[in-house]
Formats: sequence, C-alpha cells, structure tokens
Amino acid sequence: MSDALSETSDLSADDSQDVMTPAELIAKLEEAWLNEKFSPELLESKSEIVECVMEQLTHMEENLQRVRKGDVKASVHRMEIDRIRFVLSSYLRSRLQKIEKFFPHVLEKEKSRAVGDPSFLSPQEFAFAKEYLANTETYLKAVALKHMPPNLQTVDMLKAVPEPCLDSFVFLRVKERQENILVEPEMDEQREYVIDLEEGSQHLIRYRAIAPLVASGAVQLI
Amino acid sequence: MFCEKAIELIRELQRMGDGQLPAFNEDGIRQVLEEMKALYQQNQSDVNEAKTEGRNELIPTIKFRHCCLFRNQRCIAAYLYDRLLRIRALRWEYGSVLPTAIRFHMCAEELEWFNQYKKSLATYMRSLGGEEGLDITQDVKPPKSLYIEVRCLKDHGEFEIDDGTIILLKKNSQHFLPRWKCEQLIRQGVLEHVVS
Repeated sequence: MSDALSETSDLSADDSQDVMTPAELIAKLEEAWLNEKFSPELLESKSEIVECVMEQLTHMEENLQRVRKGDVKASVHRMEIDRIRFVLSSYLRSRLQKIEKFFPHVLEKEKSRAVGDPSFLSPQEFAFAKEYLANTETYLKAVALKHMPPNLQTVDMLKAVPEPCLDSFVFLRVKERQENILVEPEMDEQREYVIDLEEGSQHLIRYRAIAPLVASGAVQLI
Repeated sequence: MFCEKAIELIRELQRMGDGQLPAFNEDGIRQVLEEMKALYQQNQSDVNEAKTEGRNELIPTIKFRHCCLFRNQRCIAAYLYDRLLRIRALRWEYGSVLPTAIRFHMCAEELEWFNQYKKSLATYMRSLGGEEGLDITQDVKPPKSLYIEVRCLKDHGEFEIDDGTIILLKKNSQHFLPRWKCEQLIRQGVLEHVVS
C-alpha cells in the first residue's frame, strides 16, 4: 500500500497540527466504521476522516492511471482502492440507515445540542435528514391524515418513531485502561456494581454503560 | 367491532414477509377513514348532548370512541410507514428505476415519496467529495477478487468496460469482467456470478 500512496502529495500539507500518515488515516476509518456498525445509536460525525479518505481515493485513482497497463502492481493497487472504498461506503451506509431509522430523534438531538458540542450529523446528513422528515410527513398527510377528523390530522414523530435501544449488548476491546465504570442493574434484584477495564481486555456489556468511552476512543466496538 | 379493518391492513403486511410490497389497499384505507368519520360525528353529537343536557352517562362511550379513533390513526400510520420502509429498500435493491410490476403496487403518493427520496439520496451522495461524490449503493459486499466470472441471463446489448473494450452481453454468454462494473447488473438480474 505504501507504494501507490508514497507518490501522493502529503496530507500534512493541509493540516497544521494533525499530521496523519495514510496508514493512520485508514486505521482511523476502520475504527470509525466498526464503531458505527456495532453501536445501536448514531455516533459523532467524522467528516474530516471522510473528506481525507475521499481525497486519498482520488489520488490513488490518478496514480493508477499513470501506471503501465498490465503491470501486476496495478491489480494490487486496484484491490486496495476497492477495499478502502468498500469500508468508506459501508461506514456511510451504516450512518444513513441509522439516520433514517431514528430520524425525528436524530434531528431533535442535533437541534438541541450546545454550540461547542461535537455534531452528530454532517451538514449534508443534516440536510438529508430534514428532507426525509419533510418527505415522510408530506406523504402521510396527503394519503391519510388530511382525510381524518380535525383533531387527528397530525402524528407526533418523536412519539411514533422508536428510539435506539441503548441497552443492547455490544462487544468491545479496551484501548485505554478505565477504572470504576458503573454498571447499572438490569433487574430489580440485582444491584449496581463497578468494574475496571484493563487495556487489551474484551468485554460484552450493555452499550449504555460505556457509550461515553466509545465517543472518547477509550474502547473499540468489535 | 371497531378497528377490525385497520388491523386487517396490518395483518396483510405481516403476511407478506421478506419485504415484498403488496398492492396498495386503497379500499381498506378508505373504509378505515369512513369508520373514523362516523365515530367522530357520533362523538361530536354525544359531546353536545352531554354538555347541554348534562348526560354524563355518555362520557364512557365518548372516551371509547376516542380510543378507537386513535387506534385507527395509529394502525393506518403503521401500515403506511411500513410500506415506506419496504419502498425505501427497493431503491437500495433495484436502483433508481423500479420494475413496472412493483410500480403498479404503489399509489401515486408513494411514487412521489420514492422520487423525493431518490433525489435526496442522490444529492447526499454527490456531496461526498471528489468530482461526482461516492455512490454508496455500490460496493455492498467486501471485494474478494478483482475479476469475476459472470454468465449473462438475458440479452442486454453492448457493455463498455474501463479500457474501452466493448462486450456484447448475449443470453447465456460467459465473460470474465471487472467486479465493480458488474455489481449493478448482477443486482438487476442481468448477469449471474458464476462460482466454479
């Protein structure tokens, strides 16, 4: 992989502080991809990674044009491009599916977040989500709601569409040691307890207990 | 009993598993809406009577009809929304042009929703950077090999691949083609991946 990529112009030329090698970028993409795939709720938007990977893919495609046709290297680089494109597409698809599934909640969360907080939707995803909401509401009104009695002509989307289940179980691997993670009881007879997460250990745990650790990068969903 | 027709609509969708889209039950919806209208009117007159003549014994009936009205609304909304989810899946399965057989099963408003959804999705994909954005409806499976053996299931005419060569896709012909070019055609049923 380093062959085709070493011919590209430096990513570092764009950034002042974050100098990432292409290998680091792809590693970050894969982390974001796995986290998004296995998390029950929509995670923070990683637009910088998406943009950089798209740039990377463009560079790689351009390099590929310059390579002599029929050269064996070309096939290997082609495979690499396809693989990266698959991971990126899969990542964006995961996000879009969750945006569509939980659209009123996702929009509400984004609208009510504080100015400094990280956003959960890229500007393009936000536009998409708004259009999805408008489209669906228009449809329901046109087909049925406008024919209903006056007091029943609206549906509260926030109540009608279910929220993500934060109590689903996820597998994770610990990247940074964590102490005193509070685990809430599932049933009335149990009591809450604390656990420590050792670096490198793997666990099966309810998402709700470790959600902030996913956001901070302390654990990786697998 | 009230709400029977509404439940029937839901059962109809439950019977068709696998995300298939049955024909739009316009008749069923109309019947539920009529029942709602009748319930509402009965409630209106009863509420008036209860207020003007103090007939409080009507109140439980009014409440009951109120519940039926909400149940009907909820069932209709569920029926329509579930159909939308199936229609949405069609965009990802078949691409932007739906087979005619499926289009017949959709009402005009569903077609309109589908068109808007297509547009939103296209705008989003185009905005992903690069010259034309990224078509995320492609690359659904991880790439295993660069070229794949495919058999043509129906006549599709000429097909151009990256280096300019033109392949004639005739029924039953077999070709060794780049995987990424064939994905769409495989999903549409024109080509079949031959696993030897």
